[in-house]
This record gives sequence, structure tokens and C-alpha cells, in this order.
Amino acid sequence: MSVKTEMPVAPAETVPSLAMVMAEAERRPEADARQRLTTEVLLSVEGVSLSFGGVKAISDASFDIRKGEIRAIIGPNGAGKTSMLNVINGFYFPQQGVITFKGEKRREMRPYFAATSGISRTFQNVALFKGMTTLDNMMAGRTLKMNKGLFWQALRVGPAVAEEIRHREVVERLIDFLEIQHIRKVPVGKLPYGLQKRVELGRALAMEPELLLLDEPMAGMNLEEKEDMSRFVLTINQSLGTTIALIEHDMGVVMDLSDRVVVLEYGRKIADGTPDEVKSDPKVIDAYLGVSH
Amino acid sequence: MTALSIAIPGGIGAILAGLMFTLLRGDRKSAIDLAVHIFLAVVMAVFLAFLAAKAIDNPGGFLEILVGGLLSGVLYSLVALGFVLIFKASGVFNYAQGAMVLVAGLALVRSLDFLTASGVATVVAVPLAILFSGAVMALCAFVIEKWVLRPLLNQDGLTLFMSTIGATFVLEGLAQMVFGSEVYPLKLFPTDPMILLESVFPGGILVNKLDVWGGVIAGVLVAALALFFQYTKTGRALRAVADDHAAAQSVGIPISWIWFIVWLVAGIVALVAATVWGTKLGIQFSIVFLALKALPVLIIGGFTSVPGAIVGGLIVGAGEKLAELYIGELIGGGIEYWFAYVLALAVLLVRPQGLFGEKIIERI
Repeated sequence: MSVKTEMPVAPAETVPSLAMVMAEAERRPEADARQRLTTEVLLSVEGVSLSFGGVKAISDASFDIRKGEIRAIIGPNGAGKTSMLNVINGFYFPQQGVITFKGEKRREMRPYFAATSGISRTFQNVALFKGMTTLDNMMAGRTLKMNKGLFWQALRVGPAVAEEIRHREVVERLIDFLEIQHIRKVPVGKLPYGLQKRVELGRALAMEPELLLLDEPMAGMNLEEKEDMSRFVLTINQSLGTTIALIEHDMGVVMDLSDRVVVLEYGRKIADGTPDEVKSDPKVIDAYLGVSH
Repeated sequence: MTALSIAIPGGIGAILAGLMFTLLRGDRKSAIDLAVHIFLAVVMAVFLAFLAAKAIDNPGGFLEILVGGLLSGVLYSLVALGFVLIFKASGVFNYAQGAMVLVAGLALVRSLDFLTASGVATVVAVPLAILFSGAVMALCAFVIEKWVLRPLLNQDGLTLFMSTIGATFVLEGLAQMVFGSEVYPLKLFPTDPMILLESVFPGGILVNKLDVWGGVIAGVLVAALALFFQYTKTGRALRAVADDHAAAQSVGIPISWIWFIVWLVAGIVALVAATVWGTKLGIQFSIVFLALKALPVLIIGGFTSVPGAIVGGLIVGAGEKLAELYIGELIGGGIEYWFAYVLALAVLLVRPQGLFGEKIIERI
């Protein structure tokens, strides 16, 4: 298992357009899975501490996410996993520590900066625009890619229309990929939970992110839905080359999907490595089974 | 009075009240609720039956009052619309909406006066004055977003509400300091009455042209806003922010820009309201009390619903005029001033979220 990380592969020069890659993915479903792994670090978190008043959510946590990998963040409830995603994505500002994304060091992220520089995410308790249709939700994910001025939009002529159509095409491809054609025009508030999660993934993907943060993408799903979601996650990672960091409680899923796992407990990192290494780490076993020392 | 002339309006009243009872009740089913709802339904049935009797008696006169009431309700709708837009997008109950109508009106009428006084032709002066007052509203939106809302981001709703009360006084004071504090007549629309449907009803229906203009302009404005929200990227972003702040941020929607746009749109709505109102009564300080009339409209329509603001405004407009004329002659006048609040109270008892509002369910 550890061999795969040492395969030296040149990083992709440019990020191909989503539409192109989706077409590619349909033609060649079994992309060379192992080629995607590099040792290039996409994001690193160093010595991050975050507290709310007297409560320490994260204390001195450091880890990195390499380009092209699926990185799992696991840990018992209250371990600070979601807080960590919120730090990476700029919702929370850590008191200490440095976040480096694509070589750029920052004390804290800002949501807008995170989004513009290529980080997108989903939320633990689905945060969709409930009154809007599936299509509109996903089009909202294209906001940053669309840049025609308010004036043209208001008049609905010329460049704004062409732009709308172009982005609509990308979104339609995504909808095909996620197999949600039948709910394109349904307000998402009316959809069952499993489908909402899928739409949310679609919205995050519509941003064509370099780093995709998934907060418990399979929580509350049945086996079939979990299998679908796992398949989507793998395809996104392998065909689009999107780096993925995910929080998940289902250990089977984590072990199957992820390349490396970081384990948090009470805001501290207690283990970091391949699924096999982590699985056999006594500290992790203790944390999960609650063995006293 | 024949039996039939009581039975028909009585039947109409009962059917309408029964319909409202079943449609609006929702799932509040305790015994006390039921008693209150039945009581309100009976009162409503009597009121509606009474109106129906009047309508059958003199259809032309009834229609005249109804149309007049609906058209004056348009103004309430406009002010309520400004509230709803801001409340939806930023969760702020903007007490300053009335002050914004005043600012817009003063900017418009004073710049128009200035331009015509310096010899600019009316055809040029009116668009220029509208542009100028639009720019003033944009400045207001910018200042409020930057110095009031942004520093208070993620604060409690009550804090934000208090800050808008502060903004109200600042806006009122500044506007009167800059533009003056007298009553300024605004002549943009014809105000003479006209008579409609003369062939159908004896004497026809008397309608004020200004009210018709107001109705048309408000209709166009609402349609334009609806299209903008539905079909443009910025409109989509606005709806997204209204639904979920965090999610909107996560897809890179710049929240402060969106807030600016929302306040600007609310400012433009205020400008339209000021234009119509000002032509009727002149631009003067008492415009700010329009905001108080918008409150029952919002309670009736629901704080989060654009159609609610429009329907609520029409209900209040028509309801108070009908009540004033038909009940007023029985129990004395002045009903117009409190009828809207009684209506709002009844809606609160039956449907606290308003006719179109979202029901808020919180986990406890």
C-alpha cells in the first residue's frame, strides 16, 4: 500500500475544463487509478489551534493533503473534524497556526478567498438553497465562473445569455454524471435526504474545485446510497483529478476510499497514515473503543 | 328585506369564511385554538356577509371602493416589499425603510425643483432627477452595508434591528438637513379622477388616475424584480444568500456585494413608493409613518414572502377602505386607522407565520 505514494508522476499542467473531463470519464471509466498520486502537497495545516471561549476545539494539529489523493479525517464525536474543515474553508479563524494552500501561506482563510482559489465543500447537515431547484442550486455553484456584468444580466441580452448557456451545459453534464436528471426542476427542499446530499455534491463540483471537502457525505444513507456516493467520490477523484478531504464515520467506507487517514481525538491529532497503519494503531483503537490507560 | 336578500350574502359570507378557516388553520389543533378559530371564522363570516349584502345592493359603488382600496394598497405593498427583500437576504428587520422612502422622495423632488428652476426642460429634468435620487439610494445602500451591517455581521437579530433604528434617525436628520424639511409637492402623474365602465354600472366607477398609475408602475416593478431574481446570476445569488448564508459563502458568493444589491433594490422600491405617495400628498416628513402601516401588511403576508407583501398590502388597502365606508357608517368613522392592526392580530391568532410565510420549526 505504501508503494503507491512513491510513484513519481508529473503534476497535470493545466486543469482541463470540467465538460471535457466528464466526456473523457464516460469514454474511459477505468482511469489509471494509481497515476494520480503524487507527493506534491496541495494544502497543509501547521500547528492550528482553535478555541471557542474556554473550549478547545482543535489544539496544535498539523497534517497535509497531497495533490490527487483522497484524505480521510476521522475521529470520535467532538474530535474537531468539522471545525477543521471550517478552518480550511475559512468559516472559523484559528487563534494559532498557518494554513498553506497551493504554496500560499495564510494565518486564516476567508470563505470568499477559499472559494476563489479552488476549495469547495459540502456540509454535515446539508446546506442547500432549499427554495431553489436542483438546477439553480448547481448554477449557483458556477457563480465565480460567470463574470458578465450586472447590466448585461439585467437586460438579458448578448454576452450574459451566451454565458448562461455555456455554464448550463457544464451543469447539465454534471447532472447526468450524478444521475439526477429526473429532479432537475424540483425545489431541493422537497427532495429526500439522500438526493439532497447528491445535489449538494453537484453544487460543490460545479465550482470545479481543486480541493473538495466532504463533511460526512454518507451520513444517514442506506447501503445502496452509500455505494452510489462512494462510486461518485472515486470517479471524481480518479477522472477529474480532484483532491478530496472527507470526514466519515463509516469505517468500511473510509478504509476503502481513502489513500491516507488522519485521526483526531479531543482536537489533537493521534494518528496519521495509510488506512492499514491507522487501523492497527493502538491509540486509534483506544480512542474508538474507549480503553483506559 | 326579503329572506333571499339575507340568505344569499349570508351564504357567501359563510362559504368564504369556511374556506379561509380550512385553508389557513394549519395543524394547530388544541381545543383553545379551535375555539378561537371558530370565533374568528364566525366574525369573518358576518363581516363578509355584510359586505356581500352591500355589494349586491349597489355593485357599482362597492366596486368603486374595492378598486380604490386595492390601488391605495399598492403603496403599502411597495413599502412592505422593501422590508421583505432586506429581511430575506440579511435577516435584518429594517426599521429604516420608511426613512429611505423619505430620503428618496426628498432627493427626487428637490433635484427636480432645482433642475426646472434652472431652466431644464421637464423631459430631461425628470430622468435626471430619477437618476440622481437612484444614486442617492445607492450611496445609502453602500454606507449602510459598509458601516452598519458589515461590522455587525453574525450579531443577534435584535442588535441589527436596533442599528436600523439608529440609521433611521440619521437618515431622517441628514435628509432634512440637506434637502429641507417642508412639504414639497411632486407633480409627475396626473391626479385627476376618471370614470370607468359607465355602460355597466349607472354612474360608472370613479377612479383616481394617480392610483391607476401607481398600480401599473408597481406591477411593472414587481414583474421586473421577479424576472431579475429568477433568471439572472445575481438574482440567483440573492436567492441563495436568502436561503443559506454559509452555503452561499462556500460557493464563493460575495455576501457584502449581495447585501449592497439588496439594499439598493430596496432603495429603488422606496423611490417608486415615494414617487406615488409624493404625488398624492406631497413629499413630507410624515412619509416615514408609512413604515408603521407596512407592519400589519408584513404580519398578514408573512415576513419572508414577496407575494405575501403584495397580497398583504392589497388586503389591507381594500379591507380598510371597505371597513371605513360600510362599518364606519354604523359605528362611527376612523376605522381606517386601526383596521389593519386588527386584521394582523387575527392572522397572528390563526397563522403566526402569515399567509405566505414559511413556518419555522426549531428543534429543541
